[in-house]
Amino acid sequence: MQMHSLAFDVSHTLAGGLVLISFMMLYQDRLYSLLNVFALHALVLALSVAWQAYIQDAPHLYVTAVIALVFKALVIPVGLHRIVKQLGIHRDIESAVGIGMTMLAGMGLVALSMVLMLRVTADADPLAREDLAFALSVVLLGLLVMVTRRNAVSQVVGFMSLENGLVLAATGAKGMPLVVEISVAFSILIAFIVIGIFLFRIRERFDSVDVSALDDFRGERR
Amino acid sequence: MNLGSFDPVTAVLLIPIGAAALLAVLPGYRLTARLNVVASLATFLAALSLFAIDRPPPGPYVLVDDLNIVFILLNTFVGFTTSIFSASYIAHELETGRLTPAYLRFYHAMYQTMMFGMNLAFVSNNIGLMWVAVEIATLTTVLMVGIYRTHAALEAAWKYFILGSVGIALALFGTILVYMAARPVVGEGQDGMVWTLLIEHAAQFDPALLNVAFVFLFLGYGTKVGLAPLHAWLPDAHAEGPTPISAVLSGLLLNVALYALLRFKILLAANPAAIAPGPLMVTMGLVSVVFAAFMLYRRRDIKRLFAYSSIEHMGIIVFAFGMGGPLANFAGLLHMVMHSLTKSAIFFAVGHISQIKGTQRINRIRGLTVTHPALGWGLVVGVAAIAGLPPLGIFMSEFLVVTSTFARQPLLAIVLVFGILLAFGALLLRLTSVAFGRPRGSTAPAEASYVPMFAHLALVLGAGIYLPAPLVVWFQNVARLLG
Repeated sequence: MQMHSLAFDVSHTLAGGLVLISFMMLYQDRLYSLLNVFALHALVLALSVAWQAYIQDAPHLYVTAVIALVFKALVIPVGLHRIVKQLGIHRDIESAVGIGMTMLAGMGLVALSMVLMLRVTADADPLAREDLAFALSVVLLGLLVMVTRRNAVSQVVGFMSLENGLVLAATGAKGMPLVVEISVAFSILIAFIVIGIFLFRIRERFDSVDVSALDDFRGERR
Repeated sequence: MNLGSFDPVTAVLLIPIGAAALLAVLPGYRLTARLNVVASLATFLAALSLFAIDRPPPGPYVLVDDLNIVFILLNTFVGFTTSIFSASYIAHELETGRLTPAYLRFYHAMYQTMMFGMNLAFVSNNIGLMWVAVEIATLTTVLMVGIYRTHAALEAAWKYFILGSVGIALALFGTILVYMAARPVVGEGQDGMVWTLLIEHAAQFDPALLNVAFVFLFLGYGTKVGLAPLHAWLPDAHAEGPTPISAVLSGLLLNVALYALLRFKILLAANPAAIAPGPLMVTMGLVSVVFAAFMLYRRRDIKRLFAYSSIEHMGIIVFAFGMGGPLANFAGLLHMVMHSLTKSAIFFAVGHISQIKGTQRINRIRGLTVTHPALGWGLVVGVAAIAGLPPLGIFMSEFLVVTSTFARQPLLAIVLVFGILLAFGALLLRLTSVAFGRPRGSTAPAEASYVPMFAHLALVLGAGIYLPAPLVVWFQNVARLLG
């Protein structure tokens, strides 16, 4: 066993916390509570990024932490709260797939990312390595949220949690350039999505795995 | 040769972004449409001058090498011709009231921003910057796909947005993994993302990490290329947006994503211990070809028909690069260029046709060669080219792909030929009904700009008959680079 320093323990706890909160998202069936959990997700991300900035002595990462805190933990959840209210979907309960199944799938995905990343990065330093494994778990859980939800708002929340996983990975990779630029680019992307939902009043996600349903809609059937 | 301080790479980037800022504030259709054309022409000329002036040495952000120089040229050329087509197309949309002047301003600004994003993706020497550039190009096209704000257009834009976002998110994860693989060798910070440095040291990277990175990059950028299981956004985005955007989507944006993929494929090929990316690419390519070929038969919407044809051709190209080797790579590169030119020419024709007929439904369009000979025959030549008939350019590249595959993997070649023939049948079936027979629908004269369409078709025909020697040498050089 190698010695674990405080720096390692704290970043490990924060990254693990993100995975846990991603799991919490899986079983929220009300939009408001989903948004609250997402705000918590972003808050923990901000802490984690700030911690990385501190231990890596990389002050530019504080910018990313502030973006996560202000934009993702405050502005976006508050904005989405209001949109949900305006669209009148705050009472909606959605359970496209059963919670039990979703949780099982989530566990499978986390196990997959652990096995994959820990094996692949055997030579990397342990901090970056476990950070990456956690980050991939968060990314995959975010994808799972997107797949299991039917509502556009909760899909976007899934996408944002996925993106949080990416920021976690990027900040964990020590000395990675352009992290701030990438997090700004992502924030712009998300702002566009949210504005799009608001302007066009997108309630339901449109896409369906069933191609024939789409063809029907377009009158492409004979 | 040095022309003072003139730097073509900067020009290729600054002209579009400057024009975008101008176009966002200037009023009036005539002025802005012309400015759009002029800016695109200036960008094209700047790209041309890349050939005359010594290439700048690769910096931390910018790189001009054999691989990207022709894509920059192709990108700016198609951007220029599409802006001419767009001017006449948009004039009609304004007349019919589908676009308001405010949206027109937005459209032109977005058009130039998209050109900026694509050019930036091509010239960037930094894998992080390349990712940001692809994201910019995606975002702007999403906005333009949804510009008509009909239910169908919004749905298409939303779907494109969500799938495209997931795609670029996966690509970013792959990019981070590449950096992780590079860090122990190249060092921390800026250098770990500079492609020219990465390729120098690629042999010492951790192969396992590189493999996982490539899978993520392949899925991520592959979504944007429109490969089969990940293609769901592509037909909708092509069908519901303005046709100039369909032309650049098919002709250019798919190429941008594929180019990004090629860069990483070269990186992987430079590491002897990493997996060969070939089998993955060959499988996805073949699935795309066969799947798209079957889907072609069920299409009732003319723009969706050609969108599926784009999936098919992207499949052929990815297949060719997956096979690898000088000949298949040569064919893949040639096919990329030919497909760009042909598909955008087809969309130019289709755009005018659907405006005249007021519909995109195939069964309401008949006998075009009788009522609109120029458009009708242009479409005939275009479809003949895209279906792979000799002596047009695509025939040659498809022929090269098929023969080089037959020599090495006859079974794969049979599947590929099956897919190509299937698609050929579907396209000719639709073409005969659209182009010939008794005219149906409006026969109003077309106010079309034929120059872009025929310029593209002439180039495709020319390349099919005779490829200039310098071009062949260039293709061979790059094919060797691709390994």
